[in-house]
Amino acid sequence: MSTQEHTVTYIHRDDIGARMGMWLFLFTELLLFGGMFILYSIYRFTYPDAFHLAAKELNTIIGAFNTAILLTSSLTMALSIAAIQRNQKSLSIFLQFITIVLALGFMVNKYFEWGAKFSHGIYPGSDVLLSKPAGEIIFFGLYYVMTGLHGIHVIIGIVLIAIMMRFTSKGIIKSDSYVKLETIGLYWHLVDIIWIFLFPLFYLIT
Amino acid sequence: MEKKQEKYLDNSHSYGNYILVWLALMALTAVTVAVAGINLGGLTVATALIIASVKAYLVLTIFMHLKSESKIFRVFVAVALIFLLVSFILLFSDYSFIVRN
Repeated sequence: MSTQEHTVTYIHRDDIGARMGMWLFLFTELLLFGGMFILYSIYRFTYPDAFHLAAKELNTIIGAFNTAILLTSSLTMALSIAAIQRNQKSLSIFLQFITIVLALGFMVNKYFEWGAKFSHGIYPGSDVLLSKPAGEIIFFGLYYVMTGLHGIHVIIGIVLIAIMMRFTSKGIIKSDSYVKLETIGLYWHLVDIIWIFLFPLFYLIT
Repeated sequence: MEKKQEKYLDNSHSYGNYILVWLALMALTAVTVAVAGINLGGLTVATALIIASVKAYLVLTIFMHLKSESKIFRVFVAVALIFLLVSFILLFSDYSFIVRN
């Protein structure tokens, strides 16, 4: 009888497996961006001067500012997990909210940055860009594809964190069961790591 | 069960620890921007990549809890990074032959 009771009340739970699953997904992301970094390094090696010249068009201050925003959002994400572990529910929700606000700030900056490039006529396929040397066309092509793909990841992250906020407020994520928040945190930190490498490679070529 | 619960909680650092790591990350960002202004010749890219790797290491170990996770996670990440490195090395060696001919 007691055995049967046990099977009824037992709910399978594998937090380590869940985190491992997210890590496996992150490895596929690593290869996705890794392939682009290979492309970048080959072309930078082929056209070193054009890359230097083209990189001067990018705004280092916006780039550095966005780096700071993303690093801070990673901090608030990590803190929100620490907060839910300590059963500080409203603090955790607040920190997740700040993470979303910072991520939106990142995207707004990105909008203005891309907007400025567009108004200068630098966008894929534009006449201004196509009249430039081959190396610069490739630099801006890589810039738009890599920061664009990263931007899509940021938007996905915003949606996922918003769902986690809802889960936390409904009590699905709580102090003794927060693996969902942890896995989304892992994803968010990977987005941060990719930007850590994108920033010096595109904005800081001198 | 009680013991298992405590194991989950191992995956946590104090608020102060996270803030310290964040300060280090911000400082390294400032360093990488400052260093980019100095012309180090061929070492410019290497310097930027080393600083970025240190930052990524901090995020992986502390923010992503690799330091406190069970060992198998570190093994998996190491294998994934080695494969990425191998694909870089193979492609570069291939490319250098194409350029030479």
